[in-house]
Amino acid sequence: MPEKVLMKGNEAIAEAAIRSGCRHYFGYPITPQTEIAAYMAKRMPKLEDGCFLQAESEIAAINMVIGASAAGKRAMTSSSSPGIALKSEGLSYLAGCDLPAVVVNIQRGGPGLGGIQPSQADYFQATKGGGHGDYHMAVLAPSGVQEMFDLTCLAFDIADRYRITSMVLSDGILGQMMEPVTFPEEETLNNAVPVEKSWALTGTHGLRPPNIVNSLLMDPLELERSVVERFARYGEIAARETRWEEMLTDDADIVIAAYGATARIAANALQAARAQGIKVGLLRPITLWPFPKAPLLELAQRAKAFVCVELSMGQMAEDVELAIRCQKPVLRCTRTGGVVPSPDEVLAKILEAAKG
Amino acid sequence: MTTQLLFAGFGGQGLLFAGKFLAYAGLIEGRQVSWLPSYGPEMRGGTANCSVILSDEPIGSPIVLAPDILIAMNLPSYRKFEPMVKPNGVLLVDSALIGEQSARQDISAYYIPATQLASDENMPGLANMILTGKLLSVSPLLKQETIPAAMAKTVPARKQALLEQNLRAIALGRAA
Amino acid sequence: MPIVFEKPQGLTNAPMHYCPGCTHGIVHRLAAQALDDLNLTGQAVGVAPVGCAVFAYNYFNCDMIQAAHGRAPAVATGLKRANPETIVFTYQGDGDLAAIGTAETVQSACRGENITIIFINNAIYGMTGGQMAPTTLPGQITQTSPYGRDVTKTGMPIKVCELLATLEAPAYIERVSVDSVKNVRAAQKAITKAFQYQAQGKGFSLIEVVSTCPTNWGMTPVQALAWLREHMLDYYKLGVYRDRYAGEVAA
Repeated sequence: MPEKVLMKGNEAIAEAAIRSGCRHYFGYPITPQTEIAAYMAKRMPKLEDGCFLQAESEIAAINMVIGASAAGKRAMTSSSSPGIALKSEGLSYLAGCDLPAVVVNIQRGGPGLGGIQPSQADYFQATKGGGHGDYHMAVLAPSGVQEMFDLTCLAFDIADRYRITSMVLSDGILGQMMEPVTFPEEETLNNAVPVEKSWALTGTHGLRPPNIVNSLLMDPLELERSVVERFARYGEIAARETRWEEMLTDDADIVIAAYGATARIAANALQAARAQGIKVGLLRPITLWPFPKAPLLELAQRAKAFVCVELSMGQMAEDVELAIRCQKPVLRCTRTGGVVPSPDEVLAKILEAAKG
Repeated sequence: MTTQLLFAGFGGQGLLFAGKFLAYAGLIEGRQVSWLPSYGPEMRGGTANCSVILSDEPIGSPIVLAPDILIAMNLPSYRKFEPMVKPNGVLLVDSALIGEQSARQDISAYYIPATQLASDENMPGLANMILTGKLLSVSPLLKQETIPAAMAKTVPARKQALLEQNLRAIALGRAA
Repeated sequence: MPIVFEKPQGLTNAPMHYCPGCTHGIVHRLAAQALDDLNLTGQAVGVAPVGCAVFAYNYFNCDMIQAAHGRAPAVATGLKRANPETIVFTYQGDGDLAAIGTAETVQSACRGENITIIFINNAIYGMTGGQMAPTTLPGQITQTSPYGRDVTKTGMPIKVCELLATLEAPAYIERVSVDSVKNVRAAQKAITKAFQYQAQGKGFSLIEVVSTCPTNWGMTPVQALAWLREHMLDYYKLGVYRDRYAGEVAA
């Protein structure tokens, strides 16, 4: 049994990246994700081919990721909300170029410079694109430090397998908190089998025609075709990679939908409500894109109401309503700006839902 | 069984360190643990706190709103969190820094001039561990034998010289 | 019949889209020739900008990537750091390099990234139809300076070579032109030397090529070359602005 170590969520992400074979990290300081860069700055120079570079800006950092990824290497950048906004041009280019990359967003309150306290207000930005154009990222939402590690490993695998950007969408609570983590043995990591990157820019060496990584397609039909092809791949991702966790949903009249840190707060409220005899369950999306629509729709056939707990004004709640086709009411239990709801606030909303 | 602890005071008083020590101790004893700092620009001198949970169940929210145990190391934190201590909870106050005493009858309160003791005993900056030592003497939170191992994990490898001092501060707190 | 002149292997057979009299074609050729001469084409990875040279990936016969506007030096940084054995170059215009991409330009130079930047300065935004560039000359008429560039409101044009030469790290910075046979030869020498420096691991080099844009300047190609000589070369003086290894390498 591997040893458990106490680690901050941010550090677990960085360690996961290194263990996933990422040797190229480009970042820019911003609270509350700075530990990721600090960890990389410490570790990368000690690794063969390890590259840590503090870029001049968020924009430069994501473009360095584009370069390293185009060169065929696993590359990552991390930031927090305002910095992710700056990176969104690069996110769109990554999509248009079909380059794999991992981008971490340890969310803080917004809009604007906002605050530095935890938030989930970048849900739309992450799941609906963020940058310009028709595209998606795979969006993974850990709810504990172990998952910060596990889902970062998965993010690299998904990125390579589908030539897509994987975003680890977390928040200041999970980034800053420490919990015990176990690292899997190297060979149990999925990424033991590297994906062939025949498209990488490594020089032709006179042996093949040039590889071109490009998102510019002037012919509308050609551009449309490339987007449609990409969406076919998105369909495959939705079919194979949608992940979620359910807790006590079998007999649930009320279903809480919450992800990340709020799912943990909701779990406290769930237990308090169960203690009062209310049949409440929790569905925690682990992938926010692809969104677990099917299990939500299925639950909607039995449940009376849904309660969405979010650190935003109710962004995921819209996806829940879409998933259940508005068949049941979706109550919002939301705090924003860096304020975190207490389990009691969530309980109150559950009671409201139970009253109907 | 779940114990929620809150360390509250100024940044720089070692609140996060004390919390980390307890988290490691819980980990060694095979419990579920979480450690969550308040974070922000006030690295030194501003109010800061640290939530630690030790539990036999999976931990939900890592945020401690109503602590079973509060260690208060400055007046603003004392005033803010003293009313939130759960009934039958434990309150530990650095009485060298906080002149007030709790009127609550439903909690056990201990007043230790930890900062003064640390200064008298030439262990500056270890008021945090003196209070932690007192906590361990009044609460069955941890086994005695866990303490050195947890401390060895908590003190960074390059600062092992501080290990003995920290253990001494805990012992001092126990006796206080 | 003996072949006395041919296209470098470093260029594809794709017909270029550049306007008649545009100097991009010459500079493409010089870059490709330099890679050929140094036997580096097979190792080369080029970064195309946003601007008239956006389609450079169709013309250079090596691995290519197209970067977002101004970000080419950052993309090149990632490419080079990931595969140090490749020869990485960017090919950028004045708007791309000296306006929207100023930070990436200055910081990659400051870090001494071991990359080569070929910078086309034609004092105007070409692709979008002739707007004022950071290098547009005082009084020069463009679509967005219809009364002539007013330096009291827009400042003086940026001298990129002079600016970057204040930094410690860059290995080699030279301004050349392609307005005459003599200058084309000098430009060839400079670009070759820049690639050679990269191959030798010497670090960052930038070659600024003072160029023409007959279409957006509203001139014939010949008039444009004359205008370049008369106006641009006075403000943008040709020469070596930095060479940390001068004398060490026989170019």
